[in-house]
Amino acid sequence: MTLHATMPLLVFDNVAKSFTLHLRGGSVLPVIADATLAVHPGECVVLGGASGAGKSSLLKMAYGNYRCAAGAIRVRDRDRIVDLATAAPREILGLRRTTLSYVSQFLRVIPRVSARAVVEAAGREGGLGPEAARIRAGDLLARLNLPERLWALPPATFSGGEQQRVNIARGLIAERPILLMDEPTASLDAQNRAVVVDLIAEKRAAGTAILGIFHDADVREAVATRIVDVAAFRGATAA
Amino acid sequence: MEPLLTVEGLTKRYGRRLACDGIGFSLDPGEVLAVVGESGSGKSTLLSLIAGEVAADAGSVSYRMRDGETRDLDALSVVDRRALMRTDWGFVRQDATQGLRMAVSAGGNVGERLMGVGDRHYGRIRATALDWLARVEIAPDRVDDPPTRFSGGMRQRLQIARNLVTAPRLVLMDEPTSGLDVSVQARLLDMIRGLVAELGLAVIIVTHDLAVARLLSHRVLVMRAGRVIETGLTDQVLDDPQAAYTQLLVSSVLAA
Repeated sequence: MTLHATMPLLVFDNVAKSFTLHLRGGSVLPVIADATLAVHPGECVVLGGASGAGKSSLLKMAYGNYRCAAGAIRVRDRDRIVDLATAAPREILGLRRTTLSYVSQFLRVIPRVSARAVVEAAGREGGLGPEAARIRAGDLLARLNLPERLWALPPATFSGGEQQRVNIARGLIAERPILLMDEPTASLDAQNRAVVVDLIAEKRAAGTAILGIFHDADVREAVATRIVDVAAFRGATAA
Repeated sequence: MEPLLTVEGLTKRYGRRLACDGIGFSLDPGEVLAVVGESGSGKSTLLSLIAGEVAADAGSVSYRMRDGETRDLDALSVVDRRALMRTDWGFVRQDATQGLRMAVSAGGNVGERLMGVGDRHYGRIRATALDWLARVEIAPDRVDDPPTRFSGGMRQRLQIARNLVTAPRLVLMDEPTSGLDVSVQARLLDMIRGLVAELGLAVIIVTHDLAVARLLSHRVLVMRAGRVIETGLTDQVLDDPQAAYTQLLVSSVLAA
């Protein structure tokens, strides 16, 4: 039996998202309608479509950052299924510790916290012991070619690419079954893009279900097991 | 899991103005709740009501005591409630002169809370005070100085040490970083963040600063004119605000 034959870890079921802009006279901005999509263990589903099509919105809904206007987002958490659209805040926080990992486009830096500590803390939140978190944080930062002299410094002064590598290490350090990635390679050079491609392949081999946005065509070709065009998720209001 | 703190229907009226109108929420151990809103939204009144410093017109606050039993705080005697505030609760105030004893040394400020829980051993109290001053990055040679000789940031750090020395499970914070220089704020916030995570504290933090809420809290309660306008996961409320007022608050922040 292949991993792909097992049950999906993440399912979007007729999901809709719109924004009501109260400061613009209450106008409603539809973003997504009728989004249906499943991600299985070992899959890397890449979201395609033009900028503004709602790719990032889908990822943010899957992490609980955005609310759903309609539909369900079902996450398999060990032996139970949780619907993110209706889950209480504490349930979503619990899923983030055990099940959902998210590599955002930009690192939200915390004053005074070193790069290594940022990554370690994510590992401990994901259930690693202090020593394991320390070792794995170092391994990941080294693999991502972040010069060791930077590890003890807060990333606030790092370049965009250096910050992004810290962000990737932070998102990958813990073993979580679902990995969401929003343009993780956008500010990386070719060498580091290749490292990220390898890391994603390793996660897939370990059975992680990955949903991501990758604008860089080479990276997309290298990591995607399937590409889903988000333009199909515009419902009846499609532009 | 049974909540640590449950607030139900908390209401306070000043004349014709409703400062708090039927506020309800619960807080789990280790959970950080930010109460955000502009001046006059009732957020500080809410904190005073929870602390029992202002009597509510209606509603209740119940707390799971260290013995595991949940008690309505109004049913506690004045002595028991004060004892709870001195041991299992902390209260970090915006104005350090209200949270500290300004004429007493830094070490004394920390030691006083320890004596409040029955410690009488001078050497041990001093050692613990020094240890806590170090944890909040106050140099040991300042232990005998009164907080009147401290900067604003140091006073806030001393307040934190004074409150945390008795290992409370719940800490109330009222705008702990406002009025400080930005660099001082960052240092204090980082310290609070680290201590809260390390000690597994439950915190209710009142702030008008959404960045503070983002950095520290799990959940947010948005207040306006005494009412809860919106509540939820912090990044959900800040990234995808639903209420018109929350959208206005979020969009009014200048991005640096």
